[in-house]
Amino acid sequence: MPSRNVLSALAVLVLALAVVPMIGDKYWIKLATRMIVLGIFAMSLDLLVGYTGLVSFGHAAFFGLSGYVLHLVSPEDAAANMAWALPVCLGVTALAALVIGALSVRTKGVYFIMVTLAFAQMLFYFFHDSDLAGGSDGAYIYFKPILALGSVVLVDLGGSAVLFYFSLVSLIVLYAGLVMVLRAPFGKVIQGIKVNEHRMQALGFNTYLYKLVSFVIAGTIAGYAGFLFASIDGFVSPELLGWQESGIALVMVILGGMGTLFGPVIGAIALLGVEELFRDRALFGFIAAHWQILMGGFVICIVLFFANGLGGLLVKIAGRQSEER
Amino acid sequence: MTGPLIELRDVDAYYGSSHILHGLDLRLECGSCLSLMGRNGMGKTTTLKTIVGYVRPKRGSAYIMGRDASELATHDIAQAGIAYVPEDRAIFPNLTVTENLVMAARAGANGTRSWTEERVMTLFPRLAERRDHWGNHLSGGEQQMLSIGRALMTNPDVLLLDEATEGLAPLIREEIWSVISEIKSTGMSAIIVDKDAARLQDLCDQHMILVKGRAAFSGDRAALQNEPDILHRHLGI
Repeated sequence: MPSRNVLSALAVLVLALAVVPMIGDKYWIKLATRMIVLGIFAMSLDLLVGYTGLVSFGHAAFFGLSGYVLHLVSPEDAAANMAWALPVCLGVTALAALVIGALSVRTKGVYFIMVTLAFAQMLFYFFHDSDLAGGSDGAYIYFKPILALGSVVLVDLGGSAVLFYFSLVSLIVLYAGLVMVLRAPFGKVIQGIKVNEHRMQALGFNTYLYKLVSFVIAGTIAGYAGFLFASIDGFVSPELLGWQESGIALVMVILGGMGTLFGPVIGAIALLGVEELFRDRALFGFIAAHWQILMGGFVICIVLFFANGLGGLLVKIAGRQSEER
Repeated sequence: MTGPLIELRDVDAYYGSSHILHGLDLRLECGSCLSLMGRNGMGKTTTLKTIVGYVRPKRGSAYIMGRDASELATHDIAQAGIAYVPEDRAIFPNLTVTENLVMAARAGANGTRSWTEERVMTLFPRLAERRDHWGNHLSGGEQQMLSIGRALMTNPDVLLLDEATEGLAPLIREEIWSVISEIKSTGMSAIIVDKDAARLQDLCDQHMILVKGRAAFSGDRAALQNEPDILHRHLGI
Protein backbone atom coordinates (compact mmCIF):
# COMPACT_ATOMS: atom_id res chain seq x y z
CA MET A 1 0.00 0.00 0.00
CA PRO A 2 1.52 3.37 -0.98
CA SER A 3 2.21 5.96 1.71
CA ARG A 4 -0.19 8.83 2.38
CA ASN A 5 2.06 11.25 0.48
CA VAL A 6 2.13 9.02 -2.58
CA LEU A 7 -1.64 8.61 -2.41
CA SER A 8 -2.00 12.40 -2.25
CA ALA A 9 0.23 12.77 -5.32
CA LEU A 10 -1.83 10.15 -7.14
CA ALA A 11 -5.04 11.96 -6.16
CA VAL A 12 -3.62 15.16 -7.67
CA LEU A 13 -2.79 13.25 -10.85
CA VAL A 14 -6.33 11.85 -11.03
CA LEU A 15 -7.80 15.33 -10.49
CA ALA A 16 -5.54 16.76 -13.20
CA LEU A 17 -6.79 14.09 -15.56
CA ALA A 18 -10.39 14.61 -14.50
CA VAL A 19 -10.41 18.22 -15.72
CA VAL A 20 -9.24 17.32 -19.24
CA PRO A 21 -12.80 16.98 -20.65
CA MET A 22 -13.65 20.39 -19.17
CA ILE A 23 -10.77 22.25 -20.78
CA GLY A 24 -9.65 20.16 -23.74
CA ASP A 25 -11.24 19.38 -27.10
CA LYS A 26 -12.14 15.92 -28.40
CA TYR A 27 -8.55 15.17 -29.43
CA TRP A 28 -7.19 15.71 -25.93
CA ILE A 29 -10.06 13.81 -24.34
CA LYS A 30 -9.32 10.87 -26.60
CA LEU A 31 -5.60 11.03 -25.79
CA ALA A 32 -6.30 11.14 -22.04
CA THR A 33 -8.75 8.23 -22.38
CA ARG A 34 -6.10 6.22 -24.22
CA MET A 35 -3.62 7.00 -21.43
CA ILE A 36 -6.03 5.74 -18.79
CA VAL A 37 -7.03 2.61 -20.70
CA LEU A 38 -3.44 1.69 -21.49
CA GLY A 39 -2.68 2.42 -17.83
CA ILE A 40 -5.24 -0.26 -16.86
CA PHE A 41 -3.63 -2.62 -19.36
CA ALA A 42 -0.12 -1.96 -18.00
CA MET A 43 -1.38 -2.26 -14.40
CA SER A 44 -2.76 -5.73 -15.18
CA LEU A 45 0.64 -6.74 -16.57
CA ASP A 46 2.28 -5.44 -13.40
CA LEU A 47 0.31 -8.02 -11.40
CA LEU A 48 2.19 -10.67 -13.38
CA VAL A 49 5.61 -9.05 -13.83
CA GLY A 50 5.93 -7.01 -10.64
CA TYR A 51 4.12 -9.23 -8.15
CA THR A 52 4.09 -12.82 -9.42
CA GLY A 53 7.45 -12.78 -11.21
CA LEU A 54 5.97 -13.89 -14.54
CA VAL A 55 7.31 -11.81 -17.43
CA SER A 56 4.65 -12.25 -20.11
CA PHE A 57 5.40 -11.17 -23.64
CA GLY A 58 1.95 -12.05 -24.89
CA HIS A 59 -0.30 -10.02 -22.63
CA ALA A 60 -1.78 -8.13 -25.60
CA ALA A 61 -3.51 -11.38 -26.61
CA PHE A 62 -6.18 -10.72 -23.97
CA PHE A 63 -6.30 -6.99 -24.68
CA GLY A 64 -6.96 -7.52 -28.40
CA LEU A 65 -9.14 -10.59 -27.98
CA SER A 66 -11.63 -8.68 -25.83
CA GLY A 67 -11.81 -5.92 -28.45
CA TYR A 68 -12.53 -8.50 -31.14
CA VAL A 69 -15.21 -10.17 -29.02
CA LEU A 70 -16.86 -6.76 -28.59
CA HIS A 71 -16.85 -6.35 -32.37
CA LEU A 72 -18.30 -9.83 -32.87
CA VAL A 73 -21.12 -9.41 -30.35
CA SER A 74 -22.01 -5.84 -31.39
CA PRO A 75 -25.04 -5.60 -33.73
CA GLU A 76 -24.26 -3.71 -36.97
CA ASP A 77 -27.17 -1.34 -36.60
CA ALA A 78 -27.34 -0.79 -32.85
CA ALA A 79 -25.11 -0.47 -29.80
CA ALA A 80 -24.35 -3.54 -27.73
CA ASN A 81 -25.62 -3.38 -24.15
CA MET A 82 -22.71 -3.54 -21.73
CA ALA A 83 -24.92 -5.40 -19.26
CA TRP A 84 -24.30 -8.54 -21.32
CA ALA A 85 -21.56 -7.54 -23.80
CA LEU A 86 -19.00 -6.75 -21.09
CA PRO A 87 -19.47 -10.05 -19.20
CA VAL A 88 -19.22 -11.92 -22.53
CA CYS A 89 -15.96 -10.11 -23.41
CA LEU A 90 -14.51 -10.71 -19.95
CA GLY A 91 -15.73 -14.31 -19.88
CA VAL A 92 -14.08 -15.16 -23.21
CA THR A 93 -10.88 -13.40 -22.16
CA ALA A 94 -10.82 -15.18 -18.80
CA LEU A 95 -11.36 -18.52 -20.52
CA ALA A 96 -8.54 -17.78 -22.99
CA ALA A 97 -6.29 -16.75 -20.07
CA LEU A 98 -7.18 -19.98 -18.26
CA VAL A 99 -6.29 -22.15 -21.26
CA ILE A 100 -3.13 -20.22 -22.19
CA GLY A 101 -2.11 -19.88 -18.53
CA ALA A 102 -2.68 -23.57 -17.77
CA LEU A 103 0.01 -24.41 -20.31
CA SER A 104 2.29 -21.36 -19.92
CA VAL A 105 2.74 -21.23 -16.14
CA ARG A 106 4.23 -24.72 -16.22
CA THR A 107 7.28 -23.05 -17.77
CA LYS A 108 9.68 -20.54 -16.24
CA GLY A 109 11.94 -17.64 -17.20
CA VAL A 110 12.73 -17.25 -20.87
CA TYR A 111 10.54 -20.25 -21.75
CA PHE A 112 7.52 -18.55 -20.20
CA ILE A 113 8.29 -15.45 -22.26
CA MET A 114 8.49 -17.53 -25.44
CA VAL A 115 5.34 -19.58 -24.75
CA THR A 116 3.21 -16.51 -23.98
CA LEU A 117 4.60 -14.80 -27.10
CA ALA A 118 3.78 -17.88 -29.19
CA PHE A 119 0.17 -18.01 -27.95
CA ALA A 120 -0.31 -14.29 -28.62
CA GLN A 121 1.10 -14.66 -32.14
CA MET A 122 -1.23 -17.60 -32.77
CA LEU A 123 -4.19 -15.38 -31.91
CA PHE A 124 -2.69 -12.53 -33.95
CA TYR A 125 -2.45 -14.71 -37.07
CA PHE A 126 -5.89 -16.20 -36.43
CA PHE A 127 -7.49 -12.76 -36.71
CA HIS A 128 -5.00 -11.58 -39.34
CA ASP A 129 -5.52 -14.46 -41.74
CA SER A 130 -9.19 -15.32 -41.20
CA ASP A 131 -12.24 -13.51 -42.55
CA LEU A 132 -13.90 -13.63 -39.15
CA ALA A 133 -13.36 -9.93 -38.43
CA GLY A 134 -11.97 -8.18 -41.46
CA GLY A 135 -8.65 -10.04 -41.57
CA SER A 136 -5.60 -7.80 -41.75
CA ASP A 137 -7.77 -4.71 -42.41
CA GLY A 138 -9.42 -4.92 -39.00
CA ALA A 139 -13.08 -4.23 -38.30
CA TYR A 140 -15.33 -1.41 -37.10
CA ILE A 141 -17.66 -1.25 -34.15
CA TYR A 142 -20.17 1.14 -35.65
CA PHE A 143 -22.09 1.82 -32.46
CA LYS A 144 -20.16 2.14 -29.20
CA PRO A 145 -21.48 0.08 -26.27
CA ILE A 146 -24.16 1.47 -24.00
CA LEU A 147 -25.43 0.48 -20.58
CA ALA A 148 -29.20 0.36 -20.80
CA LEU A 149 -31.92 -0.71 -18.42
CA GLY A 150 -34.88 -1.52 -20.63
CA SER A 151 -35.21 1.45 -22.92
CA VAL A 152 -33.37 3.80 -20.55
CA VAL A 153 -29.75 4.43 -21.54
CA LEU A 154 -27.69 4.92 -18.38
CA VAL A 155 -24.23 5.16 -19.96
CA ASP A 156 -23.37 5.75 -23.61
CA LEU A 157 -19.69 5.16 -24.35
CA GLY A 158 -20.24 6.90 -27.70
CA GLY A 159 -19.75 10.21 -25.90
CA SER A 160 -16.03 10.90 -25.59
CA ALA A 161 -16.38 12.55 -22.15
CA VAL A 162 -18.59 9.70 -20.91
CA LEU A 163 -16.06 7.12 -22.08
CA PHE A 164 -13.27 9.14 -20.44
CA TYR A 165 -14.97 9.31 -17.03
CA PHE A 166 -16.10 5.68 -17.26
CA SER A 167 -12.46 4.68 -17.91
CA LEU A 168 -11.18 6.89 -15.09
CA VAL A 169 -13.62 5.42 -12.57
CA SER A 170 -12.72 1.92 -13.85
CA LEU A 171 -9.03 2.65 -13.28
CA ILE A 172 -9.63 3.79 -9.70
CA VAL A 173 -11.90 0.84 -8.88
CA LEU A 174 -9.52 -1.69 -10.44
CA TYR A 175 -6.53 -0.16 -8.68
CA ALA A 176 -8.33 -0.33 -5.31
CA GLY A 177 -9.44 -3.90 -6.08
CA LEU A 178 -5.91 -5.01 -6.93
CA VAL A 179 -4.51 -3.36 -3.79
CA MET A 180 -7.05 -5.36 -1.77
CA VAL A 181 -6.13 -8.57 -3.60
CA LEU A 182 -2.45 -7.95 -2.87
CA ARG A 183 -3.14 -7.28 0.80
CA ALA A 184 -5.13 -10.50 1.11
CA PRO A 185 -3.38 -13.84 1.81
CA PHE A 186 -3.52 -14.63 -1.92
CA GLY A 187 -1.50 -11.51 -2.65
CA LYS A 188 1.11 -12.40 -0.04
CA VAL A 189 1.47 -15.87 -1.55
CA ILE A 190 2.07 -14.62 -5.10
CA GLN A 191 4.61 -12.10 -3.77
CA GLY A 192 6.30 -14.99 -1.98
CA ILE A 193 6.32 -16.98 -5.21
CA LYS A 194 8.09 -14.12 -6.96
CA VAL A 195 10.85 -14.08 -4.33
CA ASN A 196 11.27 -17.83 -3.79
CA GLU A 197 8.91 -20.30 -5.41
CA HIS A 198 10.63 -23.35 -3.89
CA ARG A 199 10.14 -21.95 -0.41
CA MET A 200 6.43 -21.43 -1.05
CA GLN A 201 6.12 -25.04 -2.20
CA ALA A 202 7.89 -26.20 0.94
CA LEU A 203 5.35 -24.21 2.96
CA GLY A 204 2.62 -26.29 1.30
CA PHE A 205 1.40 -23.96 -1.43
CA ASN A 206 0.52 -25.34 -4.84
CA THR A 207 2.34 -22.53 -6.62
CA TYR A 208 1.09 -23.62 -10.03
CA LEU A 209 -2.51 -22.88 -9.04
CA TYR A 210 -1.65 -19.52 -7.51
CA LYS A 211 0.29 -18.46 -10.59
CA LEU A 212 -2.57 -19.60 -12.80
CA VAL A 213 -5.13 -17.59 -10.82
CA SER A 214 -2.88 -14.53 -11.02
CA PHE A 215 -2.52 -15.07 -14.79
CA VAL A 216 -6.30 -15.29 -15.23
CA ILE A 217 -6.95 -12.16 -13.13
CA ALA A 218 -4.31 -10.22 -15.10
CA GLY A 219 -5.67 -11.50 -18.43
CA THR A 220 -9.24 -10.59 -17.51
CA ILE A 221 -8.26 -7.05 -16.49
CA ALA A 222 -6.31 -6.72 -19.76
CA GLY A 223 -9.53 -7.82 -21.46
CA TYR A 224 -11.42 -5.07 -19.65
CA ALA A 225 -8.85 -2.57 -20.96
CA GLY A 226 -9.24 -4.05 -24.44
CA PHE A 227 -13.02 -3.59 -24.25
CA LEU A 228 -12.55 0.11 -23.41
CA PHE A 229 -9.81 0.58 -25.99
CA ALA A 230 -11.98 -0.84 -28.77
CA SER A 231 -14.68 1.61 -27.67
CA ILE A 232 -12.39 4.63 -28.10
CA ASP A 233 -12.06 4.48 -31.89
CA GLY A 234 -14.69 1.86 -32.56
CA PHE A 235 -12.09 -0.10 -34.45
CA VAL A 236 -10.12 -3.30 -33.86
CA SER A 237 -7.18 -4.68 -35.82
CA PRO A 238 -4.82 -7.64 -35.41
CA GLU A 239 -2.09 -5.23 -34.22
CA LEU A 240 -3.92 -5.03 -30.89
CA LEU A 241 -2.87 -8.64 -30.23
CA GLY A 242 0.64 -8.36 -31.68
CA TRP A 243 3.97 -8.64 -29.89
CA GLN A 244 4.57 -4.90 -30.36
CA GLU A 245 1.54 -4.14 -28.19
CA SER A 246 2.78 -6.59 -25.53
CA GLY A 247 6.22 -4.95 -25.75
CA ILE A 248 4.75 -1.47 -25.31
CA ALA A 249 2.89 -2.67 -22.20
CA LEU A 250 6.17 -4.04 -20.80
CA VAL A 251 7.90 -0.70 -21.52
CA MET A 252 5.09 1.08 -19.64
CA VAL A 253 5.56 -1.24 -16.66
CA ILE A 254 9.35 -0.78 -16.61
CA LEU A 255 9.13 2.97 -17.25
CA GLY A 256 6.61 3.42 -14.44
CA GLY A 257 8.22 0.99 -11.99
CA MET A 258 7.44 -2.66 -11.44
CA GLY A 259 5.57 -3.90 -8.41
CA THR A 260 3.78 -0.69 -7.55
CA LEU A 261 0.51 -0.94 -9.60
CA PHE A 262 0.34 2.85 -9.88
CA GLY A 263 3.79 3.01 -11.52
CA PRO A 264 2.70 1.37 -14.79
CA VAL A 265 -0.25 3.78 -14.99
CA ILE A 266 2.22 6.66 -14.70
CA GLY A 267 4.36 4.85 -17.26
CA ALA A 268 1.45 4.72 -19.71
CA ILE A 269 0.63 8.39 -19.19
CA ALA A 270 4.30 9.36 -19.58
CA LEU A 271 4.85 7.24 -22.68
CA LEU A 272 1.82 8.63 -24.54
CA GLY A 273 2.45 12.16 -23.25
CA VAL A 274 6.10 12.17 -24.29
CA GLU A 275 5.21 10.66 -27.67
CA GLU A 276 2.79 13.54 -28.21
CA LEU A 277 5.53 15.99 -27.24
CA PHE A 278 8.22 14.46 -29.49
CA ARG A 279 5.84 14.45 -32.46
CA ASP A 280 5.38 18.21 -32.20
CA ARG A 281 7.07 19.78 -35.28
CA ALA A 282 7.03 23.22 -33.68
CA LEU A 283 9.20 21.94 -30.84
CA PHE A 284 11.41 19.35 -32.50
CA GLY A 285 11.47 20.34 -36.17
CA PHE A 286 12.43 17.62 -38.65
CA ILE A 287 13.32 15.19 -35.82
CA ALA A 288 9.63 15.09 -34.92
CA ALA A 289 9.14 12.84 -37.95
CA HIS A 290 11.56 10.40 -36.32
CA TRP A 291 10.14 10.73 -32.81
CA GLN A 292 10.87 7.07 -32.04
CA ILE A 293 14.59 7.93 -31.78
CA LEU A 294 13.85 10.54 -29.12
CA MET A 295 11.51 8.14 -27.39
CA GLY A 296 14.24 5.49 -27.28
CA GLY A 297 16.59 8.00 -25.65
CA PHE A 298 13.90 8.96 -23.12
CA VAL A 299 13.22 5.35 -22.11
CA ILE A 300 16.97 4.62 -21.81
CA CYS A 301 17.47 7.71 -19.59
CA ILE A 302 14.63 6.72 -17.27
CA VAL A 303 15.85 3.14 -16.97
CA LEU A 304 19.47 4.24 -16.41
CA PHE A 305 18.86 7.03 -13.92
CA PHE A 306 15.69 5.89 -12.15
CA ALA A 307 16.05 2.20 -11.36
CA ASN A 308 12.54 2.00 -9.95
CA GLY A 309 10.98 3.98 -12.76
CA LEU A 310 8.84 7.09 -12.55
CA GLY A 311 6.73 5.49 -9.81
CA GLY A 312 9.90 4.99 -7.76
CA LEU A 313 10.82 8.62 -8.32
CA LEU A 314 7.39 9.67 -7.05
CA VAL A 315 7.81 7.51 -3.94
CA LYS A 316 11.26 9.05 -3.35
CA ILE A 317 10.00 12.63 -3.66
CA ALA A 318 6.97 11.90 -1.47
CA GLY A 319 9.25 10.27 1.13
CA ARG A 320 11.59 13.27 1.14
CA GLN A 321 8.69 15.68 1.62
CA SER A 322 7.37 13.71 4.59
CA GLU A 323 10.89 13.72 6.14
CA GLU A 324 11.14 17.50 5.68
CA ARG A 325 7.87 17.91 7.58
CA MET B 1 0.28 -43.39 12.36
CA THR B 2 2.17 -46.55 13.33
CA GLY B 3 5.07 -46.76 10.83
CA PRO B 4 7.93 -44.29 10.40
CA LEU B 5 7.02 -40.70 9.53
CA ILE B 6 9.88 -40.51 7.05
CA GLU B 7 11.70 -43.38 5.44
CA LEU B 8 14.44 -43.35 2.81
CA ARG B 9 15.35 -46.74 1.38
CA ASP B 10 18.61 -47.22 -0.51
CA VAL B 11 18.37 -43.71 -1.98
CA ASP B 12 20.76 -42.44 -4.64
CA ALA B 13 20.45 -38.72 -5.37
CA TYR B 14 22.27 -36.53 -7.88
CA TYR B 15 22.79 -32.86 -8.75
CA GLY B 16 23.08 -33.13 -12.51
CA SER B 17 25.80 -35.74 -13.02
CA SER B 18 27.22 -35.34 -9.48
CA HIS B 19 26.36 -38.36 -7.37
CA ILE B 20 25.60 -37.03 -3.86
CA LEU B 21 23.72 -39.70 -1.87
CA HIS B 22 24.79 -43.33 -2.19
CA GLY B 23 22.27 -45.92 -1.08
CA LEU B 24 21.14 -43.93 1.95
CA ASP B 25 18.71 -45.48 4.43
CA LEU B 26 16.99 -43.28 6.99
CA ARG B 27 14.00 -43.71 9.30
CA LEU B 28 12.34 -41.14 11.50
CA GLU B 29 9.86 -42.49 14.00
CA CYS B 30 7.01 -40.57 15.58
CA GLY B 31 8.24 -38.34 18.44
CA SER B 32 11.87 -39.00 17.58
CA CYS B 33 14.64 -36.46 17.00
CA LEU B 34 17.36 -37.40 14.52
CA SER B 35 20.61 -35.51 14.15
CA LEU B 36 22.40 -35.44 10.82
CA MET B 37 26.09 -34.79 11.27
CA GLY B 38 29.00 -34.63 8.88
CA ARG B 39 31.56 -32.30 7.35
CA ASN B 40 30.61 -29.86 4.63
CA GLY B 41 29.59 -31.39 1.32
CA MET B 42 28.73 -34.82 2.75
CA GLY B 43 25.07 -34.74 1.72
CA LYS B 44 23.23 -33.50 4.82
CA THR B 45 21.33 -30.73 3.04
CA THR B 46 20.72 -33.00 0.04
CA THR B 47 19.13 -35.54 2.38
CA LEU B 48 16.71 -32.90 3.66
CA LYS B 49 16.03 -31.69 0.11
CA THR B 50 15.29 -35.26 -0.94
CA ILE B 51 12.76 -35.56 1.88
CA VAL B 52 10.92 -32.37 0.87
CA GLY B 53 11.00 -33.27 -2.80
CA TYR B 54 13.38 -30.61 -4.10
CA VAL B 55 15.71 -33.42 -5.15
CA ARG B 56 14.18 -36.61 -6.55
CA PRO B 57 15.99 -39.91 -5.92
CA LYS B 58 17.29 -41.60 -9.07
CA ARG B 59 17.32 -44.95 -7.29
CA GLY B 60 15.68 -46.22 -4.15
CA SER B 61 12.49 -44.92 -2.63
CA ALA B 62 11.25 -42.33 -0.18
CA TYR B 63 8.13 -42.60 1.96
CA ILE B 64 6.50 -39.68 3.72
CA MET B 65 3.85 -40.59 6.30
CA GLY B 66 3.68 -43.99 4.65
CA ARG B 67 3.03 -42.52 1.18
CA ASP B 68 5.35 -43.01 -1.77
CA ALA B 69 7.07 -39.62 -2.14
CA SER B 70 7.63 -40.11 -5.87
CA GLU B 71 3.90 -39.46 -6.31
CA LEU B 72 3.95 -36.33 -4.15
CA ALA B 73 4.78 -32.76 -5.19
CA THR B 74 6.73 -30.62 -2.71
CA HIS B 75 3.54 -28.86 -1.58
CA ASP B 76 1.86 -32.26 -0.98
CA ILE B 77 4.80 -33.29 1.21
CA ALA B 78 4.48 -30.03 3.16
CA GLN B 79 0.73 -30.55 3.51
CA ALA B 80 1.38 -34.07 4.78
CA GLY B 81 3.07 -32.45 7.79
CA ILE B 82 6.72 -31.86 6.89
CA ALA B 83 8.09 -28.35 7.56
CA TYR B 84 11.50 -27.39 6.24
CA VAL B 85 13.65 -24.60 7.66
CA PRO B 86 16.33 -24.09 5.01
CA GLU B 87 19.93 -23.13 5.59
CA ASP B 88 19.48 -19.73 3.89
CA ARG B 89 16.29 -19.06 5.96
CA ALA B 90 14.60 -17.67 2.83
CA ILE B 91 12.66 -14.93 4.58
CA PHE B 92 10.45 -12.94 2.22
CA PRO B 93 12.05 -9.48 2.28
CA ASN B 94 8.97 -7.74 0.87
CA LEU B 95 6.71 -8.97 3.69
CA THR B 96 6.65 -7.91 7.33
CA VAL B 97 7.31 -10.33 10.21
CA THR B 98 3.58 -10.74 10.78
CA GLU B 99 2.89 -11.21 7.07
CA ASN B 100 5.67 -13.81 6.80
CA LEU B 101 3.97 -15.77 9.59
CA VAL B 102 0.32 -15.29 8.69
CA MET B 103 0.92 -16.12 5.05
CA ALA B 104 2.14 -19.60 6.01
CA ALA B 105 -0.62 -20.28 8.57
CA ARG B 106 -2.44 -23.53 7.93
CA ALA B 107 -4.07 -26.36 9.84
CA GLY B 108 -1.86 -29.40 10.27
CA ALA B 109 -2.38 -32.69 8.44
CA ASN B 110 -4.71 -33.80 11.26
CA GLY B 111 -6.70 -30.54 11.08
CA THR B 112 -5.34 -28.98 14.29
CA ARG B 113 -4.12 -25.39 14.59
CA SER B 114 -2.10 -25.58 17.75
CA TRP B 115 0.57 -23.15 16.46
CA THR B 116 -0.81 -19.64 16.05
CA GLU B 117 0.81 -16.28 15.45
CA GLU B 118 0.52 -15.44 19.15
CA ARG B 119 2.08 -18.73 20.24
CA VAL B 120 5.01 -18.17 17.87
CA MET B 121 5.39 -14.63 19.21
CA THR B 122 5.41 -15.99 22.76
CA LEU B 123 8.10 -18.47 21.76
CA PHE B 124 10.15 -15.71 20.12
CA PRO B 125 9.54 -12.42 22.00
CA ARG B 126 12.09 -10.72 19.72
CA LEU B 127 9.74 -11.30 16.79
CA ALA B 128 6.86 -9.77 18.73
CA GLU B 129 8.94 -6.62 19.14
CA ARG B 130 9.52 -6.50 15.40
CA ARG B 131 6.06 -7.45 14.14
CA ASP B 132 5.92 -4.68 11.55
CA HIS B 133 9.53 -4.82 10.38
CA TRP B 134 10.26 -5.93 6.84
CA GLY B 135 11.87 -9.34 6.43
CA ASN B 136 15.12 -7.81 5.17
CA HIS B 137 15.35 -5.48 8.16
CA LEU B 138 15.99 -8.35 10.60
CA SER B 139 19.28 -9.64 11.97
CA GLY B 140 20.45 -13.15 11.07
CA GLY B 141 19.21 -14.51 14.39
CA GLU B 142 15.82 -12.88 14.02
CA GLN B 143 15.54 -14.24 10.50
CA GLN B 144 16.27 -17.73 11.81
CA MET B 145 13.61 -17.30 14.49
CA LEU B 146 11.16 -16.12 11.84
CA SER B 147 12.05 -19.02 9.58
CA ILE B 148 11.39 -21.50 12.41
CA GLY B 149 8.23 -19.63 13.42
CA ARG B 150 6.96 -19.66 9.85
CA ALA B 151 7.53 -23.41 9.63
CA LEU B 152 5.62 -23.91 12.90
CA MET B 153 2.67 -21.91 11.52
CA THR B 154 2.05 -24.82 9.13
CA ASN B 155 1.36 -26.99 12.22
CA PRO B 156 3.73 -29.74 11.12
CA ASP B 157 4.36 -33.21 12.51
CA VAL B 158 8.02 -33.11 11.51
CA LEU B 159 10.44 -30.19 11.55
CA LEU B 160 13.52 -30.32 9.32
CA LEU B 161 16.14 -27.84 10.50
CA ASP B 162 19.11 -27.21 8.25
CA GLU B 163 22.12 -25.58 9.95
CA ALA B 164 19.88 -24.33 12.72
CA THR B 165 22.45 -22.09 14.39
CA GLU B 166 25.14 -21.50 11.78
CA GLY B 167 26.58 -18.00 11.63
CA LEU B 168 24.69 -16.78 14.71
CA ALA B 169 26.09 -15.00 17.75
CA PRO B 170 26.61 -17.26 20.82
CA LEU B 171 23.73 -15.69 22.78
CA ILE B 172 21.32 -16.09 19.87
CA ARG B 173 22.53 -19.66 19.37
CA GLU B 174 21.63 -20.41 22.97
CA GLU B 175 18.20 -18.91 22.44
CA ILE B 176 17.61 -21.00 19.32
CA TRP B 177 18.74 -24.23 21.03
CA SER B 178 16.45 -23.53 23.95
CA VAL B 179 13.52 -22.99 21.59
CA ILE B 180 14.31 -26.17 19.65
CA SER B 181 14.35 -28.09 22.88
CA GLU B 182 11.01 -26.53 23.85
CA ILE B 183 9.51 -27.51 20.49
CA LYS B 184 10.86 -31.04 20.91
CA SER B 185 9.22 -31.29 24.32
CA THR B 186 5.83 -30.82 22.62
CA GLY B 187 6.39 -34.23 20.99
CA MET B 188 7.16 -32.93 17.53
CA SER B 189 9.55 -35.10 15.51
CA ALA B 190 12.60 -33.45 13.99
CA ILE B 191 15.66 -33.93 11.85
CA ILE B 192 18.35 -31.43 12.78
CA VAL B 193 21.49 -30.57 10.86
CA ASP B 194 24.08 -28.56 12.76
CA LYS B 195 27.81 -28.31 13.43
CA ASP B 196 27.35 -28.34 17.22
CA ALA B 197 27.73 -32.08 17.80
CA ALA B 198 27.62 -31.74 21.59
CA ARG B 199 24.23 -30.03 21.50
CA LEU B 200 22.89 -32.54 19.00
CA GLN B 201 23.99 -35.43 21.22
CA ASP B 202 22.12 -33.92 24.16
CA LEU B 203 18.98 -33.09 22.23
CA CYS B 204 18.50 -35.97 19.80
CA ASP B 205 17.79 -39.62 20.51
CA GLN B 206 18.89 -40.85 17.06
CA HIS B 207 22.08 -39.91 15.22
CA MET B 208 23.47 -40.30 11.74
CA ILE B 209 26.90 -39.33 10.48
CA LEU B 210 27.20 -38.84 6.75
CA VAL B 211 30.48 -39.32 4.90
CA LYS B 212 30.48 -38.75 1.14
CA GLY B 213 26.75 -39.39 0.89
CA ARG B 214 26.82 -42.65 2.87
CA ALA B 215 25.79 -43.29 6.45
CA ALA B 216 29.07 -43.91 8.30
CA PHE B 217 27.10 -44.24 11.52
CA SER B 218 23.45 -44.64 12.32
CA GLY B 219 22.13 -45.44 15.73
CA ASP B 220 20.80 -44.19 19.02
CA ARG B 221 22.55 -42.13 21.71
CA ALA B 222 23.93 -45.18 23.52
CA ALA B 223 25.40 -46.60 20.31
CA LEU B 224 27.11 -43.29 19.61
CA GLN B 225 28.55 -43.18 23.12
CA ASN B 226 29.89 -46.71 22.64
CA GLU B 227 32.04 -45.47 19.76
CA PRO B 228 33.86 -42.50 21.32
CA ASP B 229 36.31 -42.01 18.46
CA ILE B 230 33.71 -41.93 15.69
CA LEU B 231 33.05 -38.20 16.01
CA HIS B 232 36.77 -37.48 15.95
CA ARG B 233 37.26 -39.72 12.93
CA HIS B 234 34.46 -38.26 10.83
CA LEU B 235 33.94 -34.77 12.19
CA GLY B 236 37.43 -33.95 13.50
CA ILE B 237 36.21 -33.09 17.03
